[in-house]
Amino acid sequence: MNNDEVIHETPLVVHDLGHEAHTHHHKETFITKYVFSQDHKMISKQFLITGIIWAVIGGLFSVIFRLQLGYPDQTFPFLEDILGHWGKGGKIDPEFYYALVTMHGTILVFFVLTAGLSGTFSNFLIPLQAGARDMASPFLNMLSYWFFFLSSVIMFSSLFVQTGPASGGWTIYPPLSALGEASDGAKMGMDLWLASIAMFIISVLLGGLNYISTILNMRTKGMSMTRMPLTIWAFFFTAVLGVLSFPVLLSAVVLLLFDRHLGTSFYLSDIVINGKILPNQGGSPILFQHLFWFLGHPEVYIIALPAMGITSEVISVNSRKPIFGYMAMVGSFFAIASLSFMVWAHHMFVTGMNPFLGSFFVLLTLLIAVPSAIKVFNWLTTLWKGNIRFTPAMLFAIGFVSLFISGGLTGIWLGNSSLDIHLHDTYFVIAHFHLVMGVASMFGMFAGIYHWYPKMYGRYMNNTLAYIHFWVTIAGAYCIFWPMHYEGLAGMPRRYYDFSNWESFKMFGGLNEFISVVAMIVFSVQLLFIFNFFYSIFKGRKVTTTNPWGANTLEWTTPIRPGHGNWPGEIPEVHRWAYDYGKDGRDFIPQTEPVGADEQRH
Amino acid sequence: MIAVMKQENKRIHPHKFTLWIALASIIMMFTGLTSAYIIKRNLANWITFELPQIFWYSTAVIIISSITIIISRNYFRQRQMKQYRLWLAITLVLGIAFVLMQYIGFTQLWHSGITLTKNVSFSFLYILVGLHALHVIGGVVALGIVLVKAYSPRVKTYNIVPVDLINTYWHFVDLLWIYLLIFLSMIR
Repeated sequence: MNNDEVIHETPLVVHDLGHEAHTHHHKETFITKYVFSQDHKMISKQFLITGIIWAVIGGLFSVIFRLQLGYPDQTFPFLEDILGHWGKGGKIDPEFYYALVTMHGTILVFFVLTAGLSGTFSNFLIPLQAGARDMASPFLNMLSYWFFFLSSVIMFSSLFVQTGPASGGWTIYPPLSALGEASDGAKMGMDLWLASIAMFIISVLLGGLNYISTILNMRTKGMSMTRMPLTIWAFFFTAVLGVLSFPVLLSAVVLLLFDRHLGTSFYLSDIVINGKILPNQGGSPILFQHLFWFLGHPEVYIIALPAMGITSEVISVNSRKPIFGYMAMVGSFFAIASLSFMVWAHHMFVTGMNPFLGSFFVLLTLLIAVPSAIKVFNWLTTLWKGNIRFTPAMLFAIGFVSLFISGGLTGIWLGNSSLDIHLHDTYFVIAHFHLVMGVASMFGMFAGIYHWYPKMYGRYMNNTLAYIHFWVTIAGAYCIFWPMHYEGLAGMPRRYYDFSNWESFKMFGGLNEFISVVAMIVFSVQLLFIFNFFYSIFKGRKVTTTNPWGANTLEWTTPIRPGHGNWPGEIPEVHRWAYDYGKDGRDFIPQTEPVGADEQRH
Repeated sequence: MIAVMKQENKRIHPHKFTLWIALASIIMMFTGLTSAYIIKRNLANWITFELPQIFWYSTAVIIISSITIIISRNYFRQRQMKQYRLWLAITLVLGIAFVLMQYIGFTQLWHSGITLTKNVSFSFLYILVGLHALHVIGGVVALGIVLVKAYSPRVKTYNIVPVDLINTYWHFVDLLWIYLLIFLSMIR
């Protein structure tokens, strides 16, 4: 469907009369072009750059708390200079340590890997690859970014309140988060956290509504669902997960706000705090965990699926081979998306859940290994005997596959409720989810940025810096998280401020120091990436051809710097799927090329 | 050209489709709350409550408002703008009346001792009914905007999409209320 009338918000009648005139000459001022833009490409860049800023803040927090973990007996006077009373005497305040881990998790999970990843690439690629001039509702799309911005401002301001930001862990379990008396981080910071996340949920919902209706309704002629690139399938399932799971978090947040401020007892019962008996009766903190993880588990896939989609596309393009098992890939996306709603209680095996009930969640959790393995094998078989070009994007995509395997295998351990009793809340869990969804999805994001940067800015990023970025990051990621498996198996609990009091964890002192050093190196290499990113916007090598990677998908049929509306003339018609690489002796056949008479069946 | 237009008309307008997904997401929020309600109800310390009489009258009001908005849409399709505006205004008044009646119901509950914090069951009652009322208020605001546009002498539009959107949303909050009412009177 043609969406000119959506872009211009003019009545349908006018549009039908002037059908051949497709130039887009609406006036653009600085404000409408760069700030309150309704162009999906600009909105995606806004998401990306906001996400990058958050990633620096979230990453820096991890470096600061790694200082404490790696060097528990030393003091760093500069910490007092930057943190004030939180770093008195050059040592991180224990309360602030919890705030740091909480904010690190919140920022990375929500602001970077949800908004920064899905917000950027869903916005950028859905209209371009599905063949639409813009989103179903560009206005709602703009609102989606500005709600994210508002949410960012609230969360950022919570870093500066006197009592500090939220500090009950990113899962904000009550009663700790429900009672201001419980800790400093449960006071003002917690309220700002909840307000910020409420805004964030609205942003995700507005974005998700748009992504789904654009994919289902606005594809160009000939672009049937089974001809869509896998990126679009991934964004589709991501948006469905977001739209169905985030409202449940909203209800959890609303109930928590009532408990905090209006004296209700949804999550509270029989609590004694500082010797005072609270009147709250009849609530249950487990209820919050159910509501939270009903979002929380799909959220993992909201983070992972876009990275999987980007990886599929980048691997196929740079192997010069069709993606292996296209329908199996789509099917496994579907399987992962539906299973993700039925496994939330595997985060709650140790809450006193009925073991009989737990066994169902074990079964469903382990079932996710099947579609995940299908995807991994399909990526490997796509790479197999491919004519591989090791572009930075390709390296990061292969890195994603590697990290996804390494982190995914430990998921099978953790999914077993009996093993989980031992491993729950240890560094083993940290290692597992950082590899499988944290670093892996960051790699998917990097792959996407390096691959589509020429389309976003009309310039290339510097390759040498990109290669340094890749090799240090992948080696660093394994050096940081691999040792944590051993620490976790030895029982080292997560979220602890200092382990030197325990005889049994003393042997990990050197290992913790090593992890901290690597974490700092990896963080500094990310700054190199950021330098590369911003420098290349202005000074990068210019793109001279519309299709620099020799890819089939529609975004490479637009001009090098497409205007609002994407294609200057008619939207091209699609005649084939997106993966005709190395077919009939030809390197690649774009989707817009009609199927020839003597062509092999596709 | 006519053939092309016909083909395009068959597909649902993207804004309408977006609204349907938004409704799915609102349903998920209420599903989360009502399932939490069911779980809590089976735990100890649950006090049942009686719904105030006025909630049944407000139900009648919102059902009637659904009918009046259908009437106004029919007049819009027949291009009888005067009648359309009249019935739209009636719907708006009924919508406001509904919210007021819910408020009166709340005050009655409060005075009969069913206060927000007394028991979890009462808290749930206030949250469910209150969140629904918020959604109705959102609909009232949207209705108001459509109405102002309908009265504006400057803009003459016969585009049915906004009218359809507000229709769908209004019927949705109506059905949602009926669901909540049945839910709250059957399971308490």
